[in-house]
Amino acid sequence: MHIVLADDDEDDRLFFTDAFDELKMDTKVSTYNDGVELMKYLNQEDALLPNVLFLDLNMPKKSGLECLKEIKNNKRMANIAIAIYSTSASEEDIEETFVLGANIYIKKPSDFKALKKVLSEVISINWQYHTNSLNKDNFLLRIQ
Amino acid sequence: MKIFVKFNFNVICNKVLEDKLNELDVKFRILGFGEVEILQKLTDEKEQNLHILFKDYGIDVVENEKIILVQKVKDAIREIVFNSDEALNIKTSVYLAEKLGHSYGYLSNLFSEITYTSIENFIILQKIEYAKQLILTTNLSLTEIAFNLNYSSVAHLSTQFKNTTGITPSTFQRIISKRKEIAQQND
Repeated sequence: MHIVLADDDEDDRLFFTDAFDELKMDTKVSTYNDGVELMKYLNQEDALLPNVLFLDLNMPKKSGLECLKEIKNNKRMANIAIAIYSTSASEEDIEETFVLGANIYIKKPSDFKALKKVLSEVISINWQYHTNSLNKDNFLLRIQ
Repeated sequence: MKIFVKFNFNVICNKVLEDKLNELDVKFRILGFGEVEILQKLTDEKEQNLHILFKDYGIDVVENEKIILVQKVKDAIREIVFNSDEALNIKTSVYLAEKLGHSYGYLSNLFSEITYTSIENFIILQKIEYAKQLILTTNLSLTEIAFNLNYSSVAHLSTQFKNTTGITPSTFQRIISKRKEIAQQND
């Protein structure tokens, strides 16, 4: 499974890739430092699109919200499962991103063990949607 | 003149796989010996062609028996959840064991091994998916939906919905209807 994370915080990116390394779930993880870099990659015609894209909301140059809107308006990318990965857990942020087409909302866990648990949950539920032809339009998941 | 060659079977086999998959313009990744991940959805026709091309080289696509059995478990569960008249009064574990002719313990272990989730969790996921569908496509109240899905109470359904999705049924309904409004504005 191909996983992409866009996050401007270097520690958070490391934390994230380390967690996947330890989960041993047969995943390939790529990271991007901001929204501009991410969209540059996704917009390449032959880009291998991720099964799940983790988006930080607060990024310089281009925010997660802007990326989300661009992705959802692009037919080629519209099927990517989008997980918002944010420090904020305000009800407005959560509902707004869901309405704009996000599938998953994760409040960044503060410790490594919790992060591993959250990520494995996301991957296994996404896997269920992926392999059981469930209706992706109804795929909403909030994890705190 | 005679020459002697020695074969590296692994390299040869992978090279054949690569060439044939490229020939059909399929995106793929070779995972290990005898295992290839196809990174796109194949049309039935393309899949057929793939089998035919492989056959020339003595390569057969094997269907894994375990995977087939797991698929049968999934189908049986979906039947129970989505046609709620059927098998309502039997325990799911008994129903699955009888229908598929294996002990529940065996099915349960196999299921977890292949799908990364348990049969119990899969049933809950399917029930909640069905509840979502009913919320969006019918005018049934949550109480009626709970009854249809064989929950003991509406509170039980709400709790399980919240545990599975992280949001309440009413929030779910609100989000999806807002999405539809936006989609209509854009049309």
